[in-house]
Amino acid sequence: MIEQVADPLPQAGFAKIVLELEVHNHPGVMSHICNLFARRAFNVEGILCMPMTDTRRSRIWLLVYEDQRLDQMVRQLEKLEDVLAVRHHGAEREVFERLENFFH
Amino acid sequence: MMKMTGAELIVRLLERQGVRTICGIPGGAILPLYDALSQTDKIRHVLARHEQGAGFMAQGMARVSGRPEVCFASSGPGATNLVTAIADACLDSIPMVAITGQVPQSMIGTDAFQEVDIYGITVPITKHNFLVRSAQELLTAIPDAFRIAMSGRPGPVLVDVPKDVQNQVIEFAEFPEPAVADEAPELDMEALETAARMINEAERPVLYLGGGVVHSGASALAVTLAEQASMPTTMTLMGLGAMAMDHPLSIGMLGMHGARYTNFVLEEADLLVCVGARFDDRAIGRAASFCPNAKIVHIDIDRSELHKIKNAHVGLHSDVTTALEALVPRVKVTLRKRWLSHVESLKLRFPMQLPGADDPRTHYGLVQAVASALDDSAIITTDVGQHQMWVAQAYPFRRPRQWLTSGGLGTMGFGMPAAIGAALAEPERTVVCFSGDGSFKMNIQELATLAEEGLNVKIVLMNNNSLGLVYQQQNLFYGKRVFASKYRGAPDFVKIAEGFGVPAVNLDDAENPRATLAQVLSEPGPCLIHASIDRDQFVYPMVPPGAANTEMIGG
Repeated sequence: MIEQVADPLPQAGFAKIVLELEVHNHPGVMSHICNLFARRAFNVEGILCMPMTDTRRSRIWLLVYEDQRLDQMVRQLEKLEDVLAVRHHGAEREVFERLENFFH
Repeated sequence: MMKMTGAELIVRLLERQGVRTICGIPGGAILPLYDALSQTDKIRHVLARHEQGAGFMAQGMARVSGRPEVCFASSGPGATNLVTAIADACLDSIPMVAITGQVPQSMIGTDAFQEVDIYGITVPITKHNFLVRSAQELLTAIPDAFRIAMSGRPGPVLVDVPKDVQNQVIEFAEFPEPAVADEAPELDMEALETAARMINEAERPVLYLGGGVVHSGASALAVTLAEQASMPTTMTLMGLGAMAMDHPLSIGMLGMHGARYTNFVLEEADLLVCVGARFDDRAIGRAASFCPNAKIVHIDIDRSELHKIKNAHVGLHSDVTTALEALVPRVKVTLRKRWLSHVESLKLRFPMQLPGADDPRTHYGLVQAVASALDDSAIITTDVGQHQMWVAQAYPFRRPRQWLTSGGLGTMGFGMPAAIGAALAEPERTVVCFSGDGSFKMNIQELATLAEEGLNVKIVLMNNNSLGLVYQQQNLFYGKRVFASKYRGAPDFVKIAEGFGVPAVNLDDAENPRATLAQVLSEPGPCLIHASIDRDQFVYPMVPPGAANTEMIGG
């Protein structure tokens, strides 16, 4: 019998990009977002989250590979009630760069 | 200023939202809310026997009314028992608000008695969920829960309320307005014009209707579109009833258990107009081989469904009603004689085969005998398995919301509690639940609720004393190695029903099963109708899982 099993997607060859999310600031937001990525086995290479000046909101930075599933991921993110906006940036967005010092 | 407890506030907000029936089971952490509920006469509480039953009753009400309906459960096991019904509502886009009690906030995270993180558990199976941290928050969380459940693509919302929040007294100036649905997205007129042009230019178009057509209340519009453009129309399991099965343009249900001709028509289509459907694997088979020659127009209120499985040439992010209202006047009246006569010839060569349809002692015959004893006002629910597919294939559905079935999650045990919910929502109708012996046992305790409420629910139990669809798959795809799919014991379902206080008849003993059916179905009140069926009758045609729709077996 034939079964539908998705082949694991190779991430090599894809560019890294940065997603900027504006979200409601309350406990539980991170679990909604991480859940989306985890169940689709979509790796998040880096994650940063801090409250914004208006503390009812937080900003989340995600470093991800731009593979063919990214569009669907972003659409799923935009569906979340706690996600107010999703913005794309190229890898030139330096938010993660200086942090790398903490990991080497 | 108004002054009340969180629990009283929840009850007031539910009343103001128009909620009139709540299904649930009380327990320690939700007792303040039940105490407040006991003090209102605007809301009727139906006591289920298992929280999953309560969840499916709320779903049954919502599937019939189209409005968000409510279920209650206590913390811990009460809440986890709701999980299956919530997941089921999520996959079938059913608006539902589940309210659970939680241990007091001071005890959250201490592994307190009957504490479970139901917020965390339900993250992936709800549209949204809340853990309410103060009575003040209820003023926004409860209306938000309803707004989210009914806006856009409907779905379940869970509100977890710690016991101390239920007991907390608050003062507030005025009640929030009852929730209304968010405005639908604006229609992309340019894309719509393209879609209309594609329909007008197509030679072999097919209209593919899903549950979204039913949710949007757009069935009549969809039929108008089909008639105007002479488009053969197929429906998903969730879309059945959107167009009458005996409409000349209906080509029935597509997919794994669709008729051969239906899948062959789709194979030849040069344009597929998908409305409120999501290219589910049970409907389209192997995605790459589905409608290989067709361009695709896809209309859906959920933007993430567009281009998810199949790339659409035109994707319209829109409410189905809005889109069809704009589309219909732009679509030319076309007769499409060649295409329709070709469809007709495929139908004659590869029709839906219903062997035994004239004999009420066979599976198809029983479904049709029940149908002929009822009119279109009846509501039909099913459980999950062979009987579900036989009903989907053979029952002449003629109106939306006539057919309630667990499509996406495929939950055995759905049928009877959903039927109870349907009867609570529309008590003047006859509700018939087709079930199988495997499914029926999964929520059999709700017979007690049914007896207590005395609702007009008839259960047609198709008994082959096995997990029939598993038995079928083991026979077809696992070298006939039948394992764990035949029951060794055989419960007496007539006695069980009677033990719960539900009258029962055994069609096996009836001299004239048609006459017995007609008589039992015309009497008000609950009844179990037991009918033995042949275990070795399979659901055909069948597309093997993972195969293309044209690679059907049998039928």
